[in-house]
This record gives sequence, C-alpha cells and structure tokens, in this order.
Amino acid sequence: MALFALRRLLLSIPLLIGITFVSYVVISLAPGGPLDFLTPEDPNASPEVKERLIKEFGLDRPVHVQYWEWLKRAVRLDFGRSFLPDGRPVLVKIGERLPVTLFLNLIEMAIIVGFAVPIGVLSATRQYSLYDKITTIFVFVGFATPDFWLALLLMILFGVQLGWLPISGLRSLNWEYLSFWHQQWDFLSHLILPIVVATFGGLAGFSRYMRQSMLEVVRQDYVQTARAKGLSERTVISKHALRNALLPVVTILALALPGLIGGSVIIESIFAIPGMGQLMVQSVFSRDYPVVMGNLVIVATLTLVANLVADITYGLVDPRIRFGGRRAR
Amino acid sequence: MAEPGSRGEIRAFWRTFSRNQLAVGGGAVVLILVTLAVLAPVLAPWDPNRPDTKKILMPPSGSHWLGTDPLGRDVLSRVLYGSRVSLAVGFVSVGIAALIGVLLGAAAGYHGGVVDNLVMRLVDLMLVFPRFFLLLAVLAFLRPSIWTIMTVIGLTGWMGVARLVRAEFLTLREREFVIWSESVGAGALRVIFRHILPNAVAPILVAMTLGIPAAILTEAGLSFLGLGVQPPYATWGNILNDGRDYIEIAWWMTLYPGLAILITVLSYNLVGEGIRDALDPRLRQSRGRAVRVGR
Repeated sequence: MALFALRRLLLSIPLLIGITFVSYVVISLAPGGPLDFLTPEDPNASPEVKERLIKEFGLDRPVHVQYWEWLKRAVRLDFGRSFLPDGRPVLVKIGERLPVTLFLNLIEMAIIVGFAVPIGVLSATRQYSLYDKITTIFVFVGFATPDFWLALLLMILFGVQLGWLPISGLRSLNWEYLSFWHQQWDFLSHLILPIVVATFGGLAGFSRYMRQSMLEVVRQDYVQTARAKGLSERTVISKHALRNALLPVVTILALALPGLIGGSVIIESIFAIPGMGQLMVQSVFSRDYPVVMGNLVIVATLTLVANLVADITYGLVDPRIRFGGRRAR
Repeated sequence: MAEPGSRGEIRAFWRTFSRNQLAVGGGAVVLILVTLAVLAPVLAPWDPNRPDTKKILMPPSGSHWLGTDPLGRDVLSRVLYGSRVSLAVGFVSVGIAALIGVLLGAAAGYHGGVVDNLVMRLVDLMLVFPRFFLLLAVLAFLRPSIWTIMTVIGLTGWMGVARLVRAEFLTLREREFVIWSESVGAGALRVIFRHILPNAVAPILVAMTLGIPAAILTEAGLSFLGLGVQPPYATWGNILNDGRDYIEIAWWMTLYPGLAILITVLSYNLVGEGIRDALDPRLRQSRGRAVRVGR
C-alpha cells in the first residue's frame, strides 16, 4: 500500500511542474508581455511599478530564464507582491481567503454526498417509478440552471421579497454587538443561500451518477446470488450493492472538485464572500497579475492534492486498483 | 457491424430516437431557437442597442413584452440578439474543442507509447485547473471579444473528446480491417482518417451535442462577471449583469434572460442524451463512454 501511495505521489510531481508551466504560459500570452497592458491611463502604471515588474518577472531576460527564476521563487511559495497600492505579499492575500473557500467547498461536498447517495439509490431501486421520473426531471433542470441566475432569483425571493435571509457577506454589520448565539445564527444565515446555490447543480449531477452506478451493480452476479440466498431486499441493497456502487464515487468526487472550486468564482462574487474566487475576479479586474498567477497555481495544486488523496483512498478501499495500477474512470 | 453512416444504420438510429418524446421535444425547441436567432433582426420589435431615456426600467407591457433595461432598451430584442451570440459561441467553441480533441486523441490512440503518454499527461494537467480560474486568468491578459471567448472556451474544453477518441482508437486499431489496410501499405494518416475515425464519429457527435450547452453556460457566466462578450453587444450573461443592480425593482431583467439560458441548455441536453441513448448499443459495444465537451 505504501508503495502504491508513493508511486502516485511521484507521478504527481511532473504535474506540479506542469501547473507552474501552464500558469507561466498564461502570463506570457499578453502580446508584448504583461507590461503592455499597463497603459498610461492605468493608475497602477507608475514608473516605479513598471520598474518593479521588470525586475520581478525578469522581463529583460530570455523567456526560459524568466520561467526558471519565477519557478525558483514559486517553489518557495513566493509569488511576489500585489500590484495594488497596499503591495502586500501574494501569499498573505491568498492565505486570508483560502480558509473561507475551503470551508464552503467542504460543506458543499458533504451536503452533496449526503443527499445524492440516498436520492440516487432510491431512483435506481425504483427505476421508471414516479419518484425516479421526478428526480430525473430535477436532474435535467439542475444541469441546465445557471448558478448565477439561481442565486439572483433566490436573492430576489428570500432576500428582497420575503426579507428572511441576508444576501451578501458572511456577517452582518452589527455582528460585534450580537450575543454569542445570535452571532452563530447570523453567520449560518449568511451561508444558507450561497450553499444552496452551489450544491444545486452538483447534487443533480451526482445523484444521476449514483443512480447509474447502482443500476450497474444491481445487475451483477453477486447481487443475484445474494438474492438467491434468500436475503431480504434491504440487506441486498444496503450491504451487497451499495458498498460496491459507492466505490467509483470517491474518484468522481475528486474529479468534481475543480468544478466546485471553479463555481466559487461566481458564487463568491455574487454573495460578496471574501474567498479565493472573489479575490480572483477582483485581481483580474485590477490587472493584479502576481495575485492572478499565485491564485491559479494554488488552486490547481489544491485540486492535485485532492486527486491524490482520492486515488490513495480508492486504493485503500479497493485492492484491485492497488495491484492493477489502473484507475477506473 | 454495419458500415457507419449506412442507410440501415441511420434508420435504426432514427427509430429509437423518434420514440424518445423528451429528445424529440428538445430537438423541436432547438430548431425553434436556431430559427429565432437567425431571424432576430426581422423579429426583434425594437433596436436592441438604442437607448430611450423616456422608457427606463419599464415593467413588461404590450409594447415591451419583457420590459426595458436601465438605459431604456427593449429586453425582448436584447434577449433575441443575445441568442445569436450564445449559439455562435456554443457551436464555434465546441468545434475548436472537438478539433483539438480529435487530433490529439487520434495521435495518442494510434501511435501509443511516448505520444500517448505525453498527450494523456497533458490531459491530466489541463483537468487539474478549475476551469473558471483558468479562463479568468487567460482573459485577464487578453482583450475580451467574442472571438477570444470562443477560442478560450474551446482551448479549455477538449480533454473529454481527446480521452474518448483515444479510447476508441485503442480498441479499433487492433481490429482486422485496420490491420489489413496497414498490411497492404496504407499510411498512418489514411488509416486514421479513412478507416478508424469514421467508426468513432458517433460518440464524438454525442460529446459535441452535450458540449454546446456547457459552452453556452460558460459564456453566460463569463459575460455575467463582465469578462465575456463586451457591451454594447447583448448576450444573456451581460443582460443579467445589467439587471444585477436592479433586482429589487426590475425582476424582469433577471427572470427572462435566465429562463432563455435554462430552456436552451435543457433542450440541447435532452437532444444529446437522446442521441446517446439511440446509439447506445454501439457505444456499449465499443466500450466508449459518452462525455460532454468541457465538463
């Protein structure tokens, strides 16, 4: 097992280097380099900033040297300083935002798995029933609903018309003056809408996947055998079928992670949540390149780590993967 | 196995597809939407870009069915024109993604070895980036226009097709007819394009049909953030963005463009799944799995 984990770990090193390379290619995309964008009207384009930029990116040197220099610093997680007047280190800025995004995404994932598994299993065991049809409709609508539109509609309904829930930020303005329990409720109530919106699409996709996985397993010989032995349908489903149907789910969860994190770009900007996604949008608009680059590298690395964890977990629960060395996707 | 694209095969496909009411309904809606987009200049009751200060934020009425926006422009006309952008972005970006995916997937699956390894590691690498972060980073450095948007969405959405085509090629290249044509001296390009690719067309088409709505959703999201197609061009995403500051007083600017996206994406998905189900026996035979471009 340790060998398997080690092999997967080694395999992800080239990917890590690849991440920094792609990120670097992105920054070199700008015709004439990133400086070209800092036009005279741009308030960020003072001569000092340009000077610092040229030095930071080594723009006066050949491209491969530039990449190497940047890589050397990136390995030490030194992504330079923000272009904004505050000039704070990129890593500090990201460090403030990362926990918020991670926290939200973990909750979303827990909710998606918690609901999607029973929904999918019930759909599969009652294929073509009314319940199955209703969830199928939900799945198709869920797939087709733009998350930002759903967010706006819910804001209109619960925030504006009914006035039940707050629609921006994580805390109310008077948070400091609230009692302890009111503070907790205040925080929770700020989370409800963003989390509902973020889980909606994922829930649809995931319950569909669960249904499919379950349908495939139920047709297997060992499930027939379990039935033939005279076990109750309940035992057959929960013991023999569900466990095997859940196996590929681990991988799918990891594969879904980039989608979820990517979704936080839109969710966080709509609900004004101070996370990585909002930071990304703000940095793109203020052309704060060091932050954009740092963000991209960190987010991709996070996904890579999540994939690694999923792979190893999969290897733990399913010995076939460990020995076959092939991933079932 | 029947010759791909032969008459019998198409008839068998159509028989299954036409029995799927949801897919046929979706197909009808898609046709209507395409017609509306093409005829937008004729059908739009107002000039979508002409402001009218006397008609700011009017609720839906007889003369403006879907109301007007903060500049007094007709929302219905803007939604109609927006559908042209959405369709164009959907088709072109999926075309780009499919082209890259087919070329790289074919090279990987046909040659195997080092080429295969390189391509598949590139796929893994691209999949590690959350798509919206990558798109935003690229757009930060480029001037946003409809062409940039199409290209970037295409460039970040080819991985599914590449995997699919590779898998098809891996199985097909061991088949007798391929080995035979190689043994009589057919070159690699001829074998790939004349013998293998036609047999892999069905799953590619399914992936493309399902990729169009995904691309439309992505474009709408980018335009909503203000990083997509720029004003004054109307797109569903930027109409929603325009309405964002007025959600308390002008719900019609939020409800209708979003509904347009929902209906469009839903119908394409229904058609795509319908095609896939109708092709299913063949898909299962070649052990291919349908994927959507860019998801």
